[in-house]
Amino acid sequence: MPTKIIRKEELIPGRTSLMLLDAPHVAAAARPGNFVMLRVDEKGERFPLTIADADPAAGAISIVFLVMGKSTDALNRLRAGDSIADVCGPLGRATHIEKTGTVICTGGGTGIAAMHHIAKGHHQAGNHVVAAIGARSENLLLFRRELESFCPEVLVSTDDGSAGRKGLVTELLKDRLSGDPSVREVVAVGPVPMMKAVVATVKPFKTPVTVSLNAMMVDGMGMCGACRVSLDGETRFTCVDGPEFDGNLVDFDELQQRLAAFKSQEKISHDLYREQCGCAV
Amino acid sequence: MSAKEIKTRVPMRCQDAGTRIGNFEEVALGYSEEEARFEAGRCLQCKKPLCVAGCPVEVPIPEFIGAVASGDPEAAYRIIASTNSLPAICGRVCPQENQCEGRCILNAKKNPLAIGRLERYVADLFLARGGPGEKREPAPGAPAVACIGGGPASITAAGYLAARGAKVTVFEALHEMGGVLVYGIPEFRLPKRDVVQKELSALADLGVEFRLNWVAGKTVSLKSLFEQGYKAVFVGIGAGLPKFFGIPGENLIGVLSANEYLTRLNLGRAYDFPNHDTPVYQGRKVTVYGAGNVAMDAARCALRMGAQNVRIVYRRTRAEMPARAEELEHAVEEGVILEELAAPVSFAGNDQGCLVSVTLQEMELGEPDASGRRSPVPKAGSLRELKTDLAIVALGTEANRILLEETPEIKLNRRGYIEVDERYETSVPGVFAGGDIVTGAATVIMAMGAGRSAAKQIAENLGL
Repeated sequence: MPTKIIRKEELIPGRTSLMLLDAPHVAAAARPGNFVMLRVDEKGERFPLTIADADPAAGAISIVFLVMGKSTDALNRLRAGDSIADVCGPLGRATHIEKTGTVICTGGGTGIAAMHHIAKGHHQAGNHVVAAIGARSENLLLFRRELESFCPEVLVSTDDGSAGRKGLVTELLKDRLSGDPSVREVVAVGPVPMMKAVVATVKPFKTPVTVSLNAMMVDGMGMCGACRVSLDGETRFTCVDGPEFDGNLVDFDELQQRLAAFKSQEKISHDLYREQCGCAV
Repeated sequence: MSAKEIKTRVPMRCQDAGTRIGNFEEVALGYSEEEARFEAGRCLQCKKPLCVAGCPVEVPIPEFIGAVASGDPEAAYRIIASTNSLPAICGRVCPQENQCEGRCILNAKKNPLAIGRLERYVADLFLARGGPGEKREPAPGAPAVACIGGGPASITAAGYLAARGAKVTVFEALHEMGGVLVYGIPEFRLPKRDVVQKELSALADLGVEFRLNWVAGKTVSLKSLFEQGYKAVFVGIGAGLPKFFGIPGENLIGVLSANEYLTRLNLGRAYDFPNHDTPVYQGRKVTVYGAGNVAMDAARCALRMGAQNVRIVYRRTRAEMPARAEELEHAVEEGVILEELAAPVSFAGNDQGCLVSVTLQEMELGEPDASGRRSPVPKAGSLRELKTDLAIVALGTEANRILLEETPEIKLNRRGYIEVDERYETSVPGVFAGGDIVTGAATVIMAMGAGRSAAKQIAENLGL
């Protein structure tokens, strides 16, 4: 059952896009932290994307993706009015949200979009949400405006200093935590090295830290175990036990290695696709 | 010579082993009309047919065999279809040796009637002629029934209820209908386009509506189904969560569940990569752990994907292997090596986190356990290392918790499966269940039997 693209916005041209999808049943059931499995076309591969926002009244969900390989490249060539072959969800356990006080939500790269839904959930629960976002430069910062619309504090860092503080998001985080013992939780969504660094940064403060993992998945509903992660030596399935886990327990190095399992096949597939599209490099 | 004097059953032609390990096309080629009539002529037409009692859906076997023998396969199809909506599938994947053929009188001389092959012959002929050819719509005001899961239990229930006038909707979580028939059983054993999809479209012709990408418990809750007007729900979600050993090195790249391996290949058509996008691990020295049908399927897929050698590693011996006899024979014919009396202790990898070897513990058979099988015990001081770059774990599955966690009012048994009463009803009135989610992992036909029995109860409740 194809899913229609209502709106598409290229957030970073050729690199990162946002799509608003007509998926009323998913939108009605989606909670912060959930993801969907997508398949672009009939020969496509299933892959997970975190739901960046859900609007039950409009029957729509938002997804944000980085063009990384064939599937996301093919997805990025679609326009408003086109359809995606399959969208399935919402999947995964929802973020544990309760009114606790101050919560810092930190995001890196495309992870900022996924973090946005979680931050919104904490805000709606009455928490004081501090957003801490980082990117290489200003034009790569996603969702800043959206976060500023409800977060009382939005801290920004860029590698080149083109916006906010020059440096890494972990430095912002460290400063913010140092001055405020009342922070109840840190949430981190982003590339594996970023989440690993966030966990290391937060550790001395003993603040609970939740990470949302982007493990490889096939079905996304517990059938295959491709998304296995080690949590303090115990194996968990990211799709049904996660995708959010206590960051202090996650074996990030194993996760990073497992994400590279199909690197060579992914290259073959993407090269072939670009060749067929006449846009080979 | 009359047909009844023919001593041995008519063999089924197969692609030869050397050819078939180079393709994913069906191995067994089916009977010709002549072969089928010959084989059907061997039936003794018992007055009290034991074969029927051995069939979980009680196909009227002697009657359909009689129709084949008299050259009327269309009548044979109608007889089978009176109790079995998926005969082309069952003829291929049922463990007949433990069911109908196991009970056949001719089996006393180890030469049972080839009931499965004849069932397949009849169904294939029917499908080749274009199926039923008539479309039905549920009558206005027909009671609505939701069947959760697109696998054998649920689609059997759907077919039974639709045939009796219910308005049936099947909710499938994946992007294709069929459950294990599509993601699990490989193309070379059960062709998807020519067999599974055709039998499913015969169900659609009965007026059954299929909804894909619907995850019960996530996209829709059971409670909301009743609110939407469904009068009964059948839960046939299977037992899909793969088990692992829990031994060191199991999260290395190259160690994976048979579910993952088969889902990539079957549902994702990874054997056709890069024409299809889903990739799969390429192993040169493949080890498969477990010896059931799923293990055989995985091992035979690995051969077809170009492995140098494939070993089935099993704690017991060939005699105790639970796979269907034909699958085991086919696997061995194709060159799968049986590594008997061995169990993995740990996996080892390189610095990229990729699997390179397994340490195996040699076993010996001790006293019979509760199941009557001799239980394997480790032999002291007998560890050995075996090079392997792809390890496929086929230890079985357990209940998938998604729907169950979201629906805590459904009572589970101690093993985590759904508890049903003798009418297949769960602790929630109006919610019925059957198949692997009730029994734990079993066979396609057992699930179909449960789907059919539960559907009978639902039909009775709804006055159909």
